[in-house]
Formats: sequence, structure tokens, C-alpha cells
Amino acid sequence: MAPEEFITNNPFLLKLSQHGGTLILLALKVLAFIIALILCVAYLTLAERKVIAAMQLRVGPNTVGPFGLLQPIADGIKLLHKEIIVPAASDKLLFILAPILTFSLSLAAWAVIPFNEGWVFADINVGVLYLFAISSLGVYGIIIAGWASNSKYAFLGALRSAAQMISYEVSIGLVMVCVLLCAGSLNLSDIVFAQKDGWFALKLLPFFVIFFVSSLAETNRTPFDLPEAEAELVAGYNVEYSSFTYALFYLGEYANMILMSAMNSILFLGGWLPPFDHPWLNGIPGPLWFIIKICCLLFVFLWVRATMPRYRYDQLMRLGWKVFLPISLLGVVIISALVVYGGHFYAAP
Amino acid sequence: MQLLKRLYQMLRTWFLFEILHGLFITLKYFFKSKVTIKYPYEKGPLSQRFRGEHALRRYPDGEERCIACKLCEAICPAQAITIEAEERDDGSRRTTRYDIDMTKCIYCGLCEEACPVDAIVEGPNFEFATYTHEELIYTKEKLLSNGDRWESEIATKLEAETKL
Repeated sequence: MAPEEFITNNPFLLKLSQHGGTLILLALKVLAFIIALILCVAYLTLAERKVIAAMQLRVGPNTVGPFGLLQPIADGIKLLHKEIIVPAASDKLLFILAPILTFSLSLAAWAVIPFNEGWVFADINVGVLYLFAISSLGVYGIIIAGWASNSKYAFLGALRSAAQMISYEVSIGLVMVCVLLCAGSLNLSDIVFAQKDGWFALKLLPFFVIFFVSSLAETNRTPFDLPEAEAELVAGYNVEYSSFTYALFYLGEYANMILMSAMNSILFLGGWLPPFDHPWLNGIPGPLWFIIKICCLLFVFLWVRATMPRYRYDQLMRLGWKVFLPISLLGVVIISALVVYGGHFYAAP
Repeated sequence: MQLLKRLYQMLRTWFLFEILHGLFITLKYFFKSKVTIKYPYEKGPLSQRFRGEHALRRYPDGEERCIACKLCEAICPAQAITIEAEERDDGSRRTTRYDIDMTKCIYCGLCEEACPVDAIVEGPNFEFATYTHEELIYTKEKLLSNGDRWESEIATKLEAETKL
């Protein structure tokens, strides 16, 4: 049974007796998805090391397994063998809670991501809002970690991270509004269908660039990785973390990268739709298109990291508030005007 | 003119010209062949004059070359060499003790320069890391066995040196 049918049967406690089987099936699906996602995260770290190495004329990890393919597993095992150190001066409950929060939020957002027509855990009609809310909540995990560690470096890193994520979420939100105006729906599947005869990346190219750059800032990636600026802050908000708690932060961070790539491809690159309506391209299944797009965007994430130095903090704030915000605000006005008066090209379907 | 120049600069900024240029360069490097030497499996070239692990050499008939003149001990700037000597039964002067503290040694090569009989030399071996400090205090037996082990490499090294 498809997951959206389960959602229409809410409140589920009443229907639990009739739908216990569905619930178990859904739980199994979620579990399988989470395991797949964690594996993807593991191999994203390997891909990152390989890509950056290649761009620096090195070969990267190549000893553990063929072409270093078992390296992430070795890293994971090593990490789990370490001791969880809880600093004496820390707030112990929040210290442990913060990584759990970060990680579970980065997983929760995947509930509304459609992989194909109907391939979605929760096909809610405010999917974009849900995504936006979840990614805003991500700040909490970081700021709690920074505060609960009771360490100067962690606190400074958390403050920077929070300021940065909030600043760039504003422009992300406004760019999303542009997309919504063109799509005429908040449902992610409908947004994908609205791109049937032309990706939003073509219609809204400047906003796609803004959205992508803001996603870099949102996930604390270079050139916006000031929260973990190792030269000044050691490691940022996660200095005091070790072992599994550290692994959770790491998984959360990389899962967020994949999530942001998925959002980019749904909002601008037509999700699971092929680039043109051509029988050959239509032959490739939708989820594969979606994964190809995510992989390409992730490559750009890594590519940017290998290319660009870190922004200075005031430059980062300037870019967020004085460049992206005005442009995206103006964009909302222009796009709304185009949607109303611009004729067929920009009109919502 | 000034206006045009500023307009051009502005367009370069707004179209992210420099950033795209940088990305293009890293992408070009992504496809270049890599310079990594996969060390334990591949090794880089060593100079003929490379100064590695020490060895005490023998004459072809098996007699040890060292005559216990202690010139190496005297010249050693790190004072890593300790020599004790006695007269042997056949009347020749030989060392009873020849120790090099490899953790003191700075691999300057002055001992092999000082040696009048080419007995102490620094061979091409640099992979002699150990787990303990004690293992790195080399005795006469260890140095002589090094000499036997690396003799061919050391001989080519000395030959190249005399040709210069």
C-alpha cells in the first residue's frame, strides 16, 4: 500500500487496528530508507575525499578495500570504538541531546521528498513549508551543542553557525516563494509536475544560483564554513564531541547536504523528470534521474569546496543581507508580476 | 570610458566570472594525471649520495675494515658514536665495541668522510623505524650485518663517488 494512503487515514490511532500491517510496512520502508541514506552519507564522505584529492593531483584513500571503497566503513568502526567524552562543565542532557536532534531532523526532512510519482512517505500539500520548517529547526541542534559544551570555541562556532543559517534562510525562503509562484502549489510533487515543459532552473536562473549558494551556506560548506573555521575555532560547535555523538553530527551534516541537493533538484531541476520529453530519456526510470541530479549537485558541492577559500565573516553577512536578500525580494515582485501579466511562459499551470 | 570600464567590472561580478573561472581550473586539474607515489608499493628515486642507515663494511676476504682509529667518534657532531678498542691476538688493532645511537645521529655523513678505510658508511636504507628506543642503539654486530646486507648498494655508491 502506498504511504500517502496511510496519511489520509489519520488520526492513525483510531485506525491502528485495521492498518497495523500498513504501519509495520511503513516502519520497515522508513528503516530501509534510513539505512540507505546512511550508506549514501558514508560514501559521500569517501567521494568528497576522492574528488578533492583528484583536484589537488592526489589519489585520496586507496588502501582499504579496492580503490579505498571500504574506507568509510573503517572510519565508522574506528569512530564507534572511541570513548564518548562528556566535559565536566557541560550540560549533560543537552550535550547528548544536541547531536540526536541534528541527526533526526536531517532524517525527518526526507519524509516529504518525492522520488517518483507517488514515491513519497508523506505527500502533504505544504511540503515546501515543512522542509523549510525542518531546516530552520536544524539551527537548534547546533546552538544547543555550542551552548551545552560550555567551551569558548564551541560557543563561538555555534553563534556563527546560527547567524549564518538564519541569514541565508531568509533568501532561501524568498527564492522558494518565486518557485511557488511559478508552480502554483506548495506540494513538492506538484512543483515537479509544473516543470514538465521546462525546468525552473531555466525560467529562474538567477534564483537557482542564489538558492544553490544559499544551500552551501545553509549546510555550512565552503566557502561558508566559518562555523568550523579550523584555523580559528578548532572545529566549531562540535569541538567537544567525540565518538558516536560526533558521528551523529557528521552524519547529520552530510545528510543535510544530500537533502539540499534533493531540494535543489526538485525545485529547479525537475526532480524525477528527464530534461526533455524524449522517448530515449523517458526510458530511464524517474528515481534514477532524481539520483543522477542529486549526484551532480553533490559533485558541485565538493567541487566548490576544492576551489574556493573561506569567506571573511563580514563578507558572508554582506552577501547574505545586502546582495541575496534585495535580489530575491525584487525577484518575488518581478516574478509575481510576470506570473500575472507575463502570459503563458511564467503562468502557473 | 570610465563608465564602460565600471560596467564591465560589474558584469564580471554579477555573472560570477572569476568564480566560474576558478571552478574551471579545478575541473581541469580533476582530470589531470596524479602525482602521488603510492609509497610502500612505489618508491621515489634516491640520490647516489643519500645518507641513510649506517653500515660497517668488510674486505672481500671477510676481514672487517675498521681499524679503530676513532676519527668518526671524534668528528661526530652529535656524539652518537662510542668506540672501544683492543689489540687482537694477531696483533692488529680492532674495535671491541662500536655503538651508534641512531636517535642521536643527525645523518650528516661526517663519519664516512672521516673514515680512512671506508669502513663506516651510510647506506641507502631509510626504513628502519622501530617500536622502542633501545632497538635504535646499534651495536657492532648490527652494523656489520647491515654492511653484509647492503654491500652491493654501498659499493655502487662509493664507486660513483670516486668517479666524480
